[in-house]
Amino acid sequence: MTLESILFAVFAVVGIASALLVVTRRNPIIAALYLIVNFFCLAGLYLTLHAQFIAVIQILVYAGAIMVLFVFVIMLLNLKDERSLREGLSWKKVLAGGLVLGLLMEVVYIVVRSAPHSALSVPPKATEIGTVEAIGTQLFTRFLFPFEITSVLLTAAIVGAVVLAKKKLD
Amino acid sequence: MFMIGAVGVLARRNAIIVFMSIELMLNSANLTLVAFSAFLGDSTGQALVFFVMTVAAAEAAVGLAIVIALFRRKRTVNLNEINILKW
Repeated sequence: MTLESILFAVFAVVGIASALLVVTRRNPIIAALYLIVNFFCLAGLYLTLHAQFIAVIQILVYAGAIMVLFVFVIMLLNLKDERSLREGLSWKKVLAGGLVLGLLMEVVYIVVRSAPHSALSVPPKATEIGTVEAIGTQLFTRFLFPFEITSVLLTAAIVGAVVLAKKKLD
Repeated sequence: MFMIGAVGVLARRNAIIVFMSIELMLNSANLTLVAFSAFLGDSTGQALVFFVMTVAAAEAAVGLAIVIALFRRKRTVNLNEINILKW
């Protein structure tokens, strides 16, 4: 049991558990908090895969900005607990659960059938490609055009969000 | 994780929780990309993850603005009651 395996197991289990808790809580603010726990677990998983840039960006962007946005919106809308979860299982939820379980079985089957049975450790090259320099090289050479377009996209998103959410000036 | 997010999107009626489930699904895709890029020794996957995160942030912002605008009209985030488009 290497430290890598133990860390992976811990982060994976806590991540799955918090993801399940996100979709089952009545109170939206509790769900948001469990989502933050999930994002931290994902950042830990990225670190075990030697992707340090992505791990830090995950915490900065997702847990630091997007979740703050969520929490602010929940606070502004003053949401109460969701009524329907007190009534137990309806046929729609059972159907949703069944469909998703079927999809999951398919994916697990494909993965188990096609996985090489020995590759469970990260190859040493992973450490070199996870650095800021390596990703920056890719971003500024192969992905330069999407990189610039992303800035346009973000501007459009900001303008759109402001227009949608501001009050009418009647 | 993707499946858990999908259940959340399908079975919950609170729009905010649906958004959080969508973020869960996006994060599961990110995890797949990073894992494959680590195993193949190619940093393309991680550059793609960068873009996916950017798109997810933009989409979360606009989506929450839509939810706020809807809430101002109908005073609810219950998706069952947002049915103006139904015939």
